[in-house]
Amino acid sequence: MTTSTSSPAPVADPSTLYPSPLKEFWQHFARNKGAVAGLLFMLVIVFCALFAPWVAPHHPSEQFRDFLLTPPAWLEGGQSQFLLGTDELGRDLLSRLIHGARLSLLIGLASVVMSLIPGIFLGLLGGFFPRLLGPTIMRVMDVMLALPSLLLAVAIVAILGPGLINTVIAIAVVSLPSYVRLTRAAVMGELNRDYVTAARLAGAGLFRLMFVTVLPNCMAPLIVQATLSFSSAILDAAALGFLGLGVQPPTPEWGTMLASARDYIERAWWVVSLPGLTILLSVLAINLMGDGLRDALDPKLKNAV
Amino acid sequence: MSVVLTARDLTRHYEVSRGLFKPHATVRALNGVSFDLEAGKTLAVVGESGCGKSTLARALTLIEEPSSGSLQIGGQEVNGASKAERKQLRRDVQMVFQSPYASLNPRQKIGDQLAEPLLINTHLSRSERREKVQAMMQQVGLRPEHYQRYPHMFSGGQRQRIALARAMMLNPKVLVADEPTSALDVSIQAQVLNLFMDLQAEFNTAYVFISHNLAVVQHVADDVLVMYLGRPAEMGPKEKIYAKPLHPYTQALLSATPTIHPDPAKPKIKIVGELPNPLNPPSGCAFHKRCPHATERCASEEPQLRLLDARQVACHHAEVINGL
Repeated sequence: MTTSTSSPAPVADPSTLYPSPLKEFWQHFARNKGAVAGLLFMLVIVFCALFAPWVAPHHPSEQFRDFLLTPPAWLEGGQSQFLLGTDELGRDLLSRLIHGARLSLLIGLASVVMSLIPGIFLGLLGGFFPRLLGPTIMRVMDVMLALPSLLLAVAIVAILGPGLINTVIAIAVVSLPSYVRLTRAAVMGELNRDYVTAARLAGAGLFRLMFVTVLPNCMAPLIVQATLSFSSAILDAAALGFLGLGVQPPTPEWGTMLASARDYIERAWWVVSLPGLTILLSVLAINLMGDGLRDALDPKLKNAV
Repeated sequence: MSVVLTARDLTRHYEVSRGLFKPHATVRALNGVSFDLEAGKTLAVVGESGCGKSTLARALTLIEEPSSGSLQIGGQEVNGASKAERKQLRRDVQMVFQSPYASLNPRQKIGDQLAEPLLINTHLSRSERREKVQAMMQQVGLRPEHYQRYPHMFSGGQRQRIALARAMMLNPKVLVADEPTSALDVSIQAQVLNLFMDLQAEFNTAYVFISHNLAVVQHVADDVLVMYLGRPAEMGPKEKIYAKPLHPYTQALLSATPTIHPDPAKPKIKIVGELPNPLNPPSGCAFHKRCPHATERCASEEPQLRLLDARQVACHHAEVINGL
């Protein structure tokens, strides 16, 4: 035990006992075991994606003509150099999955950013001008919501032509309405609060009110929505890839891999199942993470614990 | 003493839709309020909920346009002022809100919130702003290390002091305080009120102090404006009104103030009923349906403010009631 004779300890200030917002957030997030598991899985995927050339045992397009449709290593007839087996052209499945993570994450990230930024901007405009711009913007968003999302994405890709960038654009357009609605609802809730009036009295202009005063207070639901739509973007990209409208072969992409291997489902289940399983697990991990984020960022749920 | 705020017949009407086929109704939330406010003085506005106190605050701070009437800040007319002039005028009237929990931005550090008015309205450098903020923080009793903290780390009283500091950053001519202590613990109320008065003495700011707590008003006010249904009922120096209220409504309000040693000789005046619907105000004197002294004249003729015993009162029978 130590005696308190050392330095004249400053009087404990009660406000220093509050944890910093980041630390508090992490404490709440860590309480949710599923979210932490999702985060760990995603970290592995991100690591694989970032260091794909070093992590993957083979080049994703290298064809081993002697080893077509080799089963995974633990099955009968499996080869230890192809841990998860090979596909119909003799390409190593593990390497393709690892390289595919790059593309899937890129599509997810790019489409989230491309819909988040215009979505926030439109939502802010709609919230700040409830008479002029609000109804117009919201009706356009309603029209977009009325169309089935995949159908709309297919239509957009059909117009723009298949390919990586057009896939991203299509997915971004499809997920735009949810951001606009969320932002506008949050903005309209915040605008009536006294601190916004106080900022107006201080002379804050429109841009300052929008981006400095109001927007930071609306971010919590948007972060959650961004996480969740990240996973649906990966799914949509896979669906477009499966339909042949997404990324074109031989680029390794999870959905395209699924599509090109579906003829072999009876002979070689792993060629179809493993990409499918990867999609399933990553989407699950992201959704768990999004749930954890929502719980940690929502002050109402925080107090309820 | 210079007059910094002049209101003449200030009104604020709201159009309310009552349904598809009915004509719009008009709510006269503020119906002809006039006063002069000198630098360094405090005008307290009292009245029950719904009497137009907060509407008055919103009109004075230029958050809302008055429907008619004139408002002069520092001698300059607000009506018809250009955008640039208006921005300048806005600097001169700042506000402290009722709830210190809603009036501070939860995602902004205290230092940044206090510096914001300076950042927007002045050309001070970063370090100059910081210096000014630190000086103001010290003045309201906050420690320098509070600069980097977020509002949720403070108690209600501390937050209200932060809100007061933010309002005083631009050294305004007028500070409108909308029930600044009603959300606070009684033990903290006195601290915050004294801080209000210290700052007033220091900066010679004029206060418009809105409250329904008559004990608080007695502590801070120089003049008192009693409002009923958007109209002034009685207005005058605090000493006069507290010593001998002339309007029946003021009498009822004052007799309703709880005291530790109630005077048995003074019977409590109970007023019956509620504040009338502002959509459909009573004819004549707005108070006549609840007034114990009402006569037929009160139901037909609207009383105007008139000078009586060194204050203004809007009652037909003030002399009779009070034996003047």
